[in-house]
Amino acid sequence: MKHSCQLNDKLHSKLSKLTAALTLAGFFASGLRAADFPTGQIDTTGLAVTDDTVTVGQLHSATGTMAISEAGSIESERLAIDQINAEGGILGRQIKVIVEDGASDWPTFAEKSKELLEEDHVAAVFGCWTSASRKAVLPIFERDDGLLYYPTFYEGLEQSHDVFYTGQEATQQIIAGLKWLSDTKHCKTFYLIGSDYIWPRTSNKIARKVIENDIHGRVVGEEYYPLGTTDFGSLINKIKLKKPDAIYAIVVGGSNVAFYKQLHAAGITSANWTLLTISVTEDEALGIGGENLTGFFSAMKYFQSLDNPNNKAFVAAFKQKYGPNSVIGDVTQAAYEGPWLWKMAAEKAHSFDVDKVVAASGGIEFTNAPEGYVRIHDVNHHLWSKLRIGEWQDDGQVKVIYESGLIEPNPFPKGYQ
Amino acid sequence: MNILYNRILGGKTGVRGLLVMAIVLLICIPCALNPFWVNLVGKYLCFAFTALGLALLWGRAGILSLGQGLFFGLGGYCMAMFLKLEASDPISTKIQSTPGIPDFMDWNQLKHLPALWVPFKSLPFSLFAVVALPTLVAFIVGLAMFKRRVGGVYFAIITQALALIFSLGIDGNQGYTGGRNGITDLKTMWGWDIRTRHAQYILYFATCLLLLLSVALLQWLLSGKMGKMLAAMREREDRLRFSGYDVSMFKIFIFCVAAVLSGIGGALFVLQVGFIAPSLVGIVPSIEMVIFVAIGGRASFFGVIYGALLVNAGKSLLSDAFPQAWLFCMGGLFIGVVMLFPNGLAGGWDWWCKKAWPFLMPAARDRSVKQPAAEFAEVSTKGQNP
Amino acid sequence: MIFGYSLSDLWSIFVMQSFSGLSLFSVLLLMALGLTIIFGQMGVVNLAHGEFMAMGAYTVYLCSTIVQRHCPSLTPYYFLVAIVLAFCVCSFFGLLVEWSLIRFLYKRPLDSLLATWGLSLILQQSFRSIFGAREVTPVLPNWLMGAFNVTSTIQLPINGVFVMGLTLVLTLGIWFFLYHSRIGLNMRATVENRVMSGAAGINTKLVDRFTFSLGCGIAGVAGAAFTTIGSTGPDSGSRYIVDSFLVVVFGGMTRLVGTIVSAFGIAQGQSIAQFFMEGTMGKVMILLVVVVILMIRPKGLFASKIRS
Repeated sequence: MKHSCQLNDKLHSKLSKLTAALTLAGFFASGLRAADFPTGQIDTTGLAVTDDTVTVGQLHSATGTMAISEAGSIESERLAIDQINAEGGILGRQIKVIVEDGASDWPTFAEKSKELLEEDHVAAVFGCWTSASRKAVLPIFERDDGLLYYPTFYEGLEQSHDVFYTGQEATQQIIAGLKWLSDTKHCKTFYLIGSDYIWPRTSNKIARKVIENDIHGRVVGEEYYPLGTTDFGSLINKIKLKKPDAIYAIVVGGSNVAFYKQLHAAGITSANWTLLTISVTEDEALGIGGENLTGFFSAMKYFQSLDNPNNKAFVAAFKQKYGPNSVIGDVTQAAYEGPWLWKMAAEKAHSFDVDKVVAASGGIEFTNAPEGYVRIHDVNHHLWSKLRIGEWQDDGQVKVIYESGLIEPNPFPKGYQ
Repeated sequence: MNILYNRILGGKTGVRGLLVMAIVLLICIPCALNPFWVNLVGKYLCFAFTALGLALLWGRAGILSLGQGLFFGLGGYCMAMFLKLEASDPISTKIQSTPGIPDFMDWNQLKHLPALWVPFKSLPFSLFAVVALPTLVAFIVGLAMFKRRVGGVYFAIITQALALIFSLGIDGNQGYTGGRNGITDLKTMWGWDIRTRHAQYILYFATCLLLLLSVALLQWLLSGKMGKMLAAMREREDRLRFSGYDVSMFKIFIFCVAAVLSGIGGALFVLQVGFIAPSLVGIVPSIEMVIFVAIGGRASFFGVIYGALLVNAGKSLLSDAFPQAWLFCMGGLFIGVVMLFPNGLAGGWDWWCKKAWPFLMPAARDRSVKQPAAEFAEVSTKGQNP
Repeated sequence: MIFGYSLSDLWSIFVMQSFSGLSLFSVLLLMALGLTIIFGQMGVVNLAHGEFMAMGAYTVYLCSTIVQRHCPSLTPYYFLVAIVLAFCVCSFFGLLVEWSLIRFLYKRPLDSLLATWGLSLILQQSFRSIFGAREVTPVLPNWLMGAFNVTSTIQLPINGVFVMGLTLVLTLGIWFFLYHSRIGLNMRATVENRVMSGAAGINTKLVDRFTFSLGCGIAGVAGAAFTTIGSTGPDSGSRYIVDSFLVVVFGGMTRLVGTIVSAFGIAQGQSIAQFFMEGTMGKVMILLVVVVILMIRPKGLFASKIRS
């Protein structure tokens, strides 16, 4: 692991104040002219930058099991890049995209990221979705000094010089949500359920600490099922036997639909049970069907129904490009932020060099973010963001019923590991 | 000298094949391609080891295993465990709550290195395990199945289930195996950084040489009595058994050899790619390994290596250009090869040598040689044991 | 009071647990039925079986979309029609596949296995191109949702009961068809001795074609029934395939009763294992037990005594 992101703090804060003013100026005078930034100056490491273009990579799964989940990220990143290009690009250069398909297969992700960095010399990569794919490409990005914007909410426990995490890390998503359950719904006993891989397991570990130490509750069951499981009969019976105050579910992928359908059929509905999930976005709700979710809660930083002007513009643009029936989930929105954050950092650094972009990134504020406002953490490459809790409605959208303040990202939470 | 020539190098055709392959792998590819692609070819060659084992098992002995990923994984995980332990020294893992153990164990609240991992601190033991563990598992499975004369489709499906169990088992024991993410971020082997370009060239050549050596060994193995027994076994197993031979022991032996080859491939894969994950050892990769063999020509050792190279390169190139079309191509290849060209590339080459070339060039007719690989390929299509 | 739970609690859990075991049993049986027929009668391993199930499920989804768009008033009734339609679509496609592919490979069972795998890849990608990568669920009629409240604590999900009923009807139908009908007689005769059957005037090629298409049709019905339980995606077929094969192999591959017994054993085992331990390990446990038993009795529980 490199730690060069830990800049001298004082110097850093001075720098960021100075450059914030500059960025703001640059932002309003959008459409910087390429002629003002000679290619030789803004690219000293041999990236794919010409006098009027800069090339980036996009690495998601267009095929395979993860294609379902990653489709939204692919679309919103394209949307952001098109919007940036329409505004005049970055440092006067239009963004060209090389799309690679990770095919839901981790070795393929590694292979393609290597190709993007070593063959195509892209200036930044927007991509990956699952933790496994990120773990597979991480050593390559660190060795070749690439730059990755990773959109998914994830388990934390990671911080790399070469990665920006535009989704929430686990503590941002978990702590406030559980405290809300305890405060307003008076839940003290919890049943933790997850798909069997690192994100649900790590998240539930944090959740267990929060439940036991912070809200003085009790975990009455903790279970993991293989991805793709469609039979939850035994689990549902155990839940009924243990009668927890709240079910805390982190089931993902195809299992989701089976899980909520079977809960519904077995009579576990919001009428007499409380369920909080951190894995169901509007994307998943489309498959699960609103009627199976009604009254359950999701905790994340973004919902399509957020009521603010940024979001209205974003949703309208998204629907105009991808059809009126398209839905936008949390990750889709986080993926949309990636290209914008990169643009701001590059324009602040006056360079595409990865080290300079990384150095300029700390403290950057994105006031036009659909989720309202985000800021890149000064040190740890994650975003300050809020947590919202949404109550599911019949139509597969949520009503936001709780919103926290800005939460500091803390990928290595002391006391929660 | 004669023995060396005829048995190990496989006579005239064998020498020719080895020579061509050596030139292609050791000279043409490193000269013609950039380092990125050489590394990719190195990765493909790791699968060629498994394909080689399958050529022996399926092409020569008529036993189809759909679970070779299991052995590939065993070899790979043995190697990865050693590398991971070396990468997790207390200094580079000081940020963890328990420094000195692999990062994923720390995330899963393990406080001590599990006993299973301890022997893998030693490189000699790990290398031994890369060979021994697949052999052991193959021996047990083979003993149970072949002694009871299970074969054909039953064997294929049971091995497939084994591959599934292995990958699910890894998934389910995250603290001990890294779970779905696999074992990642491997750095050095006895202090030698395996990620540098230099190291990757060395690993590439080592892979090529090992592969050529394996081919020669297999040729030696089959040139003697073993080869005759295999042919006899595939054609009329019962007669061989009536003649007093213990057929099952042959099968177990062949299965073990195929498993070891897969294991070595897995270990080399880990060295070149830098990680291993359960997605490489489950059902889908196991079946993909069979397609390499089917396309290369199931009985030809050279054919399957070229098959593995071609299919993988096709996958890399095609999935770039037409991500959507890749599965269509792959499916079409399966069906096409099975229906139209059961002998794959090797069969096509053979047809060219024996029929097309002499037809076009009458002068060459009497020079055309009968290739042993072709003989095997021909009979192999006539079917499995009744 | 035992372990802090009242007896009535434990009783209702016991009932519901038995029910979920039974409902898993019917799911597994439904998956395996088509496969048993094709494998048991013809010796062909159809690795595209899961994709035929997905095809059935997509048929239902298509029907649901059409009904929703044009005449939503028919929603309560369309599902039964859709199941029949799923059978027709899949058996027709099965006929096509047999005619164009399988009939050339009867003498090479391992090759037919590879060819059908190729077919499954092509079908998966076609589903993805036609229906998109997202998982879909048809809009189900209301009478399929919810649960029977037997007592205040015992609730039996209606969709589970529906799948069970369908399995029962289908199994009885197949049994009757195989053992009490003229075509069934021909099919069994062909299995026992192909040459003699041919000599006795049975058109064995036609019987094969019919058998394959019947098996695919049943797979389609199974897929249609599963839309009540889970969702359908382009690769949901591959999720089913291993389970169904294990059931068939475990049952001895050739006989209907073997398949039924093995589905029952695996389902109860898995459901109990998952009740007492964690989901993943329960699954691994039951798979291991099955494979160990298969190693001891490689021809499955009910091997047929016919000489091959």
